[in-house]
Amino acid sequence: MRDVIAAFILLNAVVLIVTYLTYVERKFAARMQSRIGPYRVGRPHGWLQPIADAIKLLIKEDIVPALADRPVYNLAPIVFLIPSLLIFATIPFAPGLGLADLNIGILFFLAVSSLEIVGLFMGGWGSNNKYALLSAMRAVNQIISYEVPFVLTALIPVLLAGSLQLSAIVESQRGLWFVAYPVIGQLAFIAFIIATIASENRVPFDILEAESELVAGFRVEYSGMKFALIQLAEYTHMFGVSCLGALLFLGGWLGPGSAHPVVGAAWFLLKALFIFLLVTWVRWSFVRIRVDQILGLSWKVLLPATLILLMATGFWVAWSGGRVA
Amino acid sequence: MPDLEARRVIELGYGGNERLVMNMGPQHPSAHGVFRMILTLEGETIAAMDSVIGYLHRCHEKLGETLTYAQYPSIASKTDYVAAMTSELTYVMAAERIGKIEVPKRAQYLRVLVAELQRIASHCLWLGTWCLDMGGALGGGATVFLYCFRERELVLDLFEALTGARLLYGFHQVGGTRYDLPEGWAQRCRDTVALIDRRLDEYEDMLESNTPFLIRSQGVGVVSRELAQEVGIAGPLLRGSGVDFDIRRDDPYSSYGDFDFKIPVETAGDCYARYRVRMQEFRESIRIVRQVLDGLPEGPISSKPALKSVGQVRIPKGETYARVEGPRGEVGCYLIADGGPKPYRMKWRGASFSNLAILPHIVPGHKVADVVAIMGSVDPVFGEVDR
Repeated sequence: MRDVIAAFILLNAVVLIVTYLTYVERKFAARMQSRIGPYRVGRPHGWLQPIADAIKLLIKEDIVPALADRPVYNLAPIVFLIPSLLIFATIPFAPGLGLADLNIGILFFLAVSSLEIVGLFMGGWGSNNKYALLSAMRAVNQIISYEVPFVLTALIPVLLAGSLQLSAIVESQRGLWFVAYPVIGQLAFIAFIIATIASENRVPFDILEAESELVAGFRVEYSGMKFALIQLAEYTHMFGVSCLGALLFLGGWLGPGSAHPVVGAAWFLLKALFIFLLVTWVRWSFVRIRVDQILGLSWKVLLPATLILLMATGFWVAWSGGRVA
Repeated sequence: MPDLEARRVIELGYGGNERLVMNMGPQHPSAHGVFRMILTLEGETIAAMDSVIGYLHRCHEKLGETLTYAQYPSIASKTDYVAAMTSELTYVMAAERIGKIEVPKRAQYLRVLVAELQRIASHCLWLGTWCLDMGGALGGGATVFLYCFRERELVLDLFEALTGARLLYGFHQVGGTRYDLPEGWAQRCRDTVALIDRRLDEYEDMLESNTPFLIRSQGVGVVSRELAQEVGIAGPLLRGSGVDFDIRRDDPYSSYGDFDFKIPVETAGDCYARYRVRMQEFRESIRIVRQVLDGLPEGPISSKPALKSVGQVRIPKGETYARVEGPRGEVGCYLIADGGPKPYRMKWRGASFSNLAILPHIVPGHKVADVVAIMGSVDPVFGEVDR
């Protein structure tokens, strides 16, 4: 019973945070583009905008294309959303403040988060639209290509910490955050950010949404609440991966006063927000690159680089025991 | 040109060479108005492309026969609505040439001034929308787009102070211009172009060291010099393919000979070359604007009295072709006058229309994503294509 309540609280907290991440992103992007961003709904600075958006989407008409594959089409947003929410089960927000601190936490995270491709492809296929189909094909190409380097970069902190448990990885960063680990840490962090952007399908890797070519990609036929679910799933996934980055490289909840769970959780969320804003910053300053260039980058550059880095880390850990002098 | 073999659609089988026909437009985020492309795809690669135009046809040439020389200039601006000053200028130049009407020096300088400001505004719009095509409304493209619109807005503010309108002006009239510069306008114009000059440095810094931007534009949509001349493209596209031709220099009109400016030419012929040409044209336009403001002579702004009635201007019998270097290339107007207040026949030559003809030659073989990049680099305005 206690777990059910905890899961309920966590779920709602995540959804609320994610809703407001859209607001943060819009304000951040607006600043970059010398605009103001949402301002009208709620004072000050339109803070009710995400709620208003959600209500608007809720009361919109739900349209299913006549030739759509109805069961697949209707199920896709849910299949897309569930893995994104599930990944939060293993994330420790602070010492002891998490749903399930599995001893193979990172493995669970990586396995579940890569399931989103199923929902995505279902949406693209079920819509029976050529733009959506093309987008779904691109999605499969891209996500499978980038899942490999993503996993490899995520394994580098695992090697350094000597554990698959997320809380243990954080604890082993008590002396030195892994992003500050000489050479290996910075390279791994850069590779992680690139792979993160690609697996989150954001500019410059957003070829499956590609609104200037494929209009809106796999979600072109979705409207109303189903669209909202897809949107929610994307941002939840993004937030989840940002949390993972904070745990693996930025020392999770560690920081002054982090013995207290609330302070620790605040540190953790701040670090996750930092990674989120980093990705957002990249997003609003680059143009999209082409599908063949994206795949080339993954297989020819990122994959060999992360593989070599992982092997180098392995040798270093075996030789020195992973301790920096 | 019809390559029937390339357009043959193989039904979805499992042979490994299936083709898909995809329709893009007329309602599409990157249609630049209402352009329809029918793409035959092999995977992501384009095997053939058909283009359909005509969704914005408004019978401009027939309108030209039914409206008088006093009325039509303000309608002429609606052909190429992004560079309205240029189309107006072409029409009144044609009428003046038949009627052998002398245009005062001040009016000629003012025409050059607004034409070059219009080029700046139009290129701002082009840069923004082109980056929007490549980067998307939810990415870096939107950032460039909004920056460019910020600058375009400044130029439109100048036009608003000058003519009272922001998009379609009615500034020109047969014999000169309708408005003179308001007080303080010249200084404001200097400040604006100085600001835009500084911002151009920012754009170049932002874009030319931006790897995704470079790999999306370099080597994409290459138009060879021969192809460019064969198809008859004009303006920055032509100069991007290594052909050194600009009507402002080679067939000067409206006192362009008085000013010192360079014609930028690039030889690569790809999207990036067209980008470079336009970025340099920005600078040259700014130079010309400064020279006009420095050397603006005093005097009347029109050799004809101010307009009081619509039938006031009569042009004697004759016919001519007048051409102007617009932001997109050669804008031409063929006019036949019969002595009355209305022309007997009028024909537009739109730069976008002939530039668009290059697409089926260069698009096949590229990826879907490149179509919008090439399309954006051609910079068509559909008001001018369909007229």
